[in-house]
Amino acid sequence: MGASPSISIAVVGSGGAGALTTVDCLLETASAAGWHGLFTRTLGPQIRGGEAAGLLRLAVHPVDCLPDELDLLVGIDWLNAHRFGAEIKCGPETLVISDPRGGDPPPAVTQSGARVFDIPMKEMAKAIPDGRPNMIALGIASRLLGFTAEQVFVPIEKRLADKGAAAIKASLAGIKVGFGAAAAVSMNKRLAKPEPSSARRWLLSGNEATALGAIRGGIRFAAAYPITPATEILEWLAPNLAKVGGLLLQAEDELAAINMIIGSSFGGTPALTATSGPGLSLMIEALGLATAAEIPVVVVDVMRGGPSTGIPTKSEQADLNLAIYGMHGDAPHLVLAPQSVSDCMFTTQWATYLAEALQAPAIVLSDQFMGQSRAAIERPADVAFIGARKVVEDVAGAYKRYALAANGVSPMALPGTHGGQYTADGLTHSERGTPTSGAADHLAQLDKRRDKLETFNFGDHWATVEGSGDLAIITWGSLTGAAREAIKRAAADGCKARLVALRLLAPAQPERLAAALDGVDRILIIEQTHGRQFHRYLRAHYELPKSIRVLHRPGPLPITAGEIHRTILDWR
Amino acid sequence: MSSLGTNLACKPADYKSDIKPIWCPGCGDYHVLMSFTRAFAQLGLPPENIVVVSGIGCSSRIPAYTNCYGFHGVHGRSLALAAGLKVTRPDLTVVVASGDGDGYSIGGNHFLHACRRNIDMTYVVMDNHIYGMTKGQPSPTTEPEFDTALAPGGTGVRPFHPLVVALASGANFIARCFSGEPNQTAEVLVEAIRHPGFSFVEILSPCVTFRPDEKAWKDQVRPAPVPATSDQGKAARRLMTDDGFNLGILYRGDRKPFQSAVLGKAADWADLEKGFEL
Repeated sequence: MGASPSISIAVVGSGGAGALTTVDCLLETASAAGWHGLFTRTLGPQIRGGEAAGLLRLAVHPVDCLPDELDLLVGIDWLNAHRFGAEIKCGPETLVISDPRGGDPPPAVTQSGARVFDIPMKEMAKAIPDGRPNMIALGIASRLLGFTAEQVFVPIEKRLADKGAAAIKASLAGIKVGFGAAAAVSMNKRLAKPEPSSARRWLLSGNEATALGAIRGGIRFAAAYPITPATEILEWLAPNLAKVGGLLLQAEDELAAINMIIGSSFGGTPALTATSGPGLSLMIEALGLATAAEIPVVVVDVMRGGPSTGIPTKSEQADLNLAIYGMHGDAPHLVLAPQSVSDCMFTTQWATYLAEALQAPAIVLSDQFMGQSRAAIERPADVAFIGARKVVEDVAGAYKRYALAANGVSPMALPGTHGGQYTADGLTHSERGTPTSGAADHLAQLDKRRDKLETFNFGDHWATVEGSGDLAIITWGSLTGAAREAIKRAAADGCKARLVALRLLAPAQPERLAAALDGVDRILIIEQTHGRQFHRYLRAHYELPKSIRVLHRPGPLPITAGEIHRTILDWR
Repeated sequence: MSSLGTNLACKPADYKSDIKPIWCPGCGDYHVLMSFTRAFAQLGLPPENIVVVSGIGCSSRIPAYTNCYGFHGVHGRSLALAAGLKVTRPDLTVVVASGDGDGYSIGGNHFLHACRRNIDMTYVVMDNHIYGMTKGQPSPTTEPEFDTALAPGGTGVRPFHPLVVALASGANFIARCFSGEPNQTAEVLVEAIRHPGFSFVEILSPCVTFRPDEKAWKDQVRPAPVPATSDQGKAARRLMTDDGFNLGILYRGDRKPFQSAVLGKAADWADLEKGFEL
């Protein structure tokens, strides 16, 4: 039994069975002991009675993607597990723990060649007063992953602190029983010990990282309309904005939310809202207003399956077209995308900084995969991007809000500034802000808004560029982690490829991409869409080598490192 | 707001911009603009501390004609924009200008929630019972039999009763004015701006181009026969039973306004990270 740098486990059950709690406790236990980890959830759109699975990958290195196959699968019950289909991927190396009273494992599991071992979790739980099968499952999993039962007591005691001693006692008893039962089973894989590290470590979700990044970037007002899978951003901001002298206001709909943040920003308070595809669709008109009136705002879209209501609880990258091209008229604005749970913080902070510096709206395209995953990470480095808008303090003479400055950014007068009075307007306007339908003013202001974005120096953060080779993998968003891992595996096979993961999607950076692709004659584009939106976007905005392949698939099945790895090898 | 006193040194002209208003000759909105500047002068507010927010339509042109800060936003969303502004800048006086199409149709949902939220601002709807800017389509306050190109022979749909809706939704101050009486309108606006919470002022403002029949409004309006009440039940009965031409302050509530943020206190986000530390 050799030590492996990473190991993966899934716990499945009906919604409400506590599968996700079980996995969350395992992540907390592992991260307290020094491992890195990524916990993603997959569930139906209902609160109870549907299907729920927690997928956890633990490793001695940072984890930004899921495994190709599970090492351990615990089925508390299999009642709705067939709905996951290929999301729970087993193979001959997988150990499956199954409760014979919980139904039969789905064919995808039994036909994979996985070893199935029966443990009657429900019956064991029944023998304990107030016992729950998911605590038996937690005990089993903790032993198989190499933890002691006592290690997993800690997160349970913390979690149940306000439920009373009896609840804690029942849970701990369940863990012990499960731990004992797992003595009869053995795993093929053992997780290597983590390297000792002095780095401060965090445990958080992508949505929480996004919210913290917003506050670090200077956001002090948020307008909120709930939507899956973005709500956690807003729920985190509600109490925490108040702690830093800010405020969250619940809006009656997304139309109100976007207009509220425009109002806040007009008054000088940097503002954000978070939503998903349906909400972004509703916000697009007002994002055009923010573009025309040059009001900085940040809108985070945690993407889910679309179109329409789509798959609210599962990930996709198919809002790209909407974010880039959604507005009517020529409306230059910022579109950014984080690349991991940890990067959600940086990218949102940077987006806030850019929006404020450029007096333009920024759309941040996160996704359900990153947003609702919890990760054990090293604390991200502090960065200096703090929103600082160019404002006028003293107005001498006639104030021109939209003066044609060399870099396109004209100082903004905030209400209360004597002599700076102007009317912000969605109508085409003169330098002063006065509405006009004249061709010259229209062109001058279109030029101004284009130039301020195109002449800005975005620096090195526009993309992650790593490695070398004549093949480049071009991707974006949460697929970055899988692409990076695939490149590492391909390198071990003697196949070199470089990674180019775009963080700044608009304005496009064709010169920077050309430099990043110097010496590249083939590109492999990876994206989680049905319609190859990213491929089309790249073709529209950049010079690309002639030899292009596209690995794309709609949600909810994430493109895995293994698939990318195979595609690289096949294209030798 | 007791801090809003009367400053005799301020003149209505101080609140007018140098942009010449563009409305049809005879439009009621000219008088509404006059009432705005008179009210602001009477309140003695520095123009830079007032923000006039609007949506789209004839009435929504008003911000640029004042010498205040203004926001001419998208159709129907002025109240939401104003809410975000006022809760983060409680020091400002926020007046929202709208029309019956902008405010009651496309912006109807925001109207309900603005009343309910009770943020300290004043909402002025210039009601002419028609879409003027798009040349005469029926609005939510158009009479059911009124004939238009879009609804030949009339919509057959019952008009919306904005004052009743405002009361039911929680507005804290409800008044009706007539644009042809700018002095009385200015006085009501002064009261509305001073009153804490969400104040709703409907101004009957005739569209002489598409509703020439509204020229008769000047003979139909009259002061409300009884003074304002703070009793919601009484107010409901009055508003439900009047013919839409009683003018004056009709309801004056005492609900506590929305508590705005105290922005700018110790802003150390380092503490927020602690919740994530292992």
